Amino acid sequence: MTGTNEYCIEARDISVQFPVKSPFHLNRKRGEKKTKLLTAVNHVSLSIRTGETVSLVGESGCGKTTFGRALLRLVNTAPESQILFHGKDISRLDEKHLHPYRAKMQMIFQDPMTSLDPRKTIGAIIAEPLIALHLASGTEAEKKVREAMDMVGLKPDHYDRYPHEFSGGQRQRVGIARALVAHPEFIVCDEPISALDVSIQAQVINILEDLQNRYGYTYLFISHDLSMVRHISDEVGVMYLGSLVEFAPVKELYENMLHPYTQSLMSAIPEPDPIANRNAKRIILTGEVPSPLNPPKGCPFWTRCRQCMEKCAEIRPELRNVGNGHLVACHLIHSDR
Amino acid sequence: MQKENRQKETAKEWIYAEDQQIPAELLEKVGSPAGQKNVDAGEVQRPHVKYYKMVWQRLKRDKLAVFGMIVLAVMLIAAVFGPMFSPYSYEDTDFSAMLQGPSAEHWFGTDNLGRDVFVRVLYGARISLSIGFAAAAVNMVIGVLYGGIAGYFGGKVDMVMMRIVDILSGIPSLLYLILLMMFLGASVKSILIAMCITYWITTARMVRGSILSLREQDYALAAKVCGESDWSILIHHLIPNSIGSIIVTVTFLIPSAIFEEAFLSFLGIGISVPMASWGTMCNDAIQYLFNKPYLMIFPATAISLTIFSLNFIGDGLRDALDPRLIR
Repeated sequence: MTGTNEYCIEARDISVQFPVKSPFHLNRKRGEKKTKLLTAVNHVSLSIRTGETVSLVGESGCGKTTFGRALLRLVNTAPESQILFHGKDISRLDEKHLHPYRAKMQMIFQDPMTSLDPRKTIGAIIAEPLIALHLASGTEAEKKVREAMDMVGLKPDHYDRYPHEFSGGQRQRVGIARALVAHPEFIVCDEPISALDVSIQAQVINILEDLQNRYGYTYLFISHDLSMVRHISDEVGVMYLGSLVEFAPVKELYENMLHPYTQSLMSAIPEPDPIANRNAKRIILTGEVPSPLNPPKGCPFWTRCRQCMEKCAEIRPELRNVGNGHLVACHLIHSDR
Repeated sequence: MQKENRQKETAKEWIYAEDQQIPAELLEKVGSPAGQKNVDAGEVQRPHVKYYKMVWQRLKRDKLAVFGMIVLAVMLIAAVFGPMFSPYSYEDTDFSAMLQGPSAEHWFGTDNLGRDVFVRVLYGARISLSIGFAAAAVNMVIGVLYGGIAGYFGGKVDMVMMRIVDILSGIPSLLYLILLMMFLGASVKSILIAMCITYWITTARMVRGSILSLREQDYALAAKVCGESDWSILIHHLIPNSIGSIIVTVTFLIPSAIFEEAFLSFLGIGISVPMASWGTMCNDAIQYLFNKPYLMIFPATAISLTIFSLNFIGDGLRDALDPRLIR
């Protein structure tokens, strides 16, 4: 799984904001604007080396999916954001100039039930990138589609079937085949296994790993399955409330987690051994995730952090390198050193 | 002691029974027979046919839809070729044979001017059906595109487009129908133009609604990831997925266009005498309703049959076009 040192994709300072309208006066304080901005992703920088897998973990609503979509230019990013694909900035390109990159950057969706058009045959669904990007057509396209189907373990006679005739795992294979038919280099896997049951999860992960070994794909793996992340990633980023709070190589992160949020997140991994489970300490966070409409000043996590200091509510900690490629954004760590 | 013995014996018998060979004919083979291809239990095994062939096969299975298609086909053929074989014309009056009941000579009887009702119903079919189909076709195209664009692009585009629709639907349609007929004169063409101005509004609203919900589906996003343009996503993914509700509205559009024409003709601004449409014939028959009801019954039956057939076909098509429904 180890790739070269060259970066396939570099995201610099990605911010995504959505306008949210609050139509009722009741919800609004005097002098407040009618349209507020929801910051889904807040100045996240992340680079992925060619042929490697970087995972993003975090709880629901922390902006992992939005970040993945921002990398593929599916949501608008803030003006200062930069997305470099093999060194070329694609964050300002219009849809027409983006076309050559669409083939290189693909996505696997979370829910295989809704990500396949129910009125198209499997063959037509998988051929979509080829036809839309004018890469192939007719028999050539069919040949490529059949190759892709073979790669993910779909049978040739599935070609003329419709998505509703398949089980969840098979549909997810169709989704993967669609992503790889145009020979991409970078694939965003947006929780590709969370809608599947455990035995199928393993199959899908094996397909993804196998394809990476064979073709050197680069993955951004978005998940909240921490055990699976440990298994497949090279590097892991932890997100909380739109911010990247910790980023480290997988071994380093799972052995030496520094950020209090990461510690509590990791303590939530179920322990299969019941005796060990009895002794396992689980850090249970109090309170709720603050609303991204009104993020707390300073560190995004200070409202729930047990080791919160005065400084935390004032100054936003920066993501800093603490050695071994381990980046963490926490005042606790930085004041120690 | 005896009891114990008996118990032992029964136990022995039981064990013996288990050892015994069960005759082969009582057994059912569970595994796949040798030489035959292994069938995956989770697989749906059925032959594959092309989409339109499949739609046709499913439509054929729907008895009501088949009935509707036959009725409509007979009516169309009769409307096109029927008058050629009749000795009468829709405008020839025969004052020696006024208000006659149905007979071998005049199948549907004659009206107050001695015109053959059968031929007039056939001629009426030409006008009513062509107005119905043309109005529905034009309005479907306008309505689907308009609603689709408004729903897909959303935001300001949607806002402006839907306000235009609101304004158009706010004006009583009769007002500009009459104005337009004054300008263009009473003819089939001007009725069609008048109807095309506002009839697409219902379709547009309906399509906008379903596109609004469909565009949030992951497959629209997936199409974007694949590099498809907005236009292509709308045409190839979203509109086909709302085809069910589109067909339902269109099948209602046809009868309402037929009625609208009848209504305009009744007001004297539709098609003019001696031309016949089903609507005008019904209106003319009102004054003879109690004495000569057949004058009303034949054109009214023609209208009803058409509407029923269209609704049956519409229902059948909606189900047949959806690959998810297996019957």
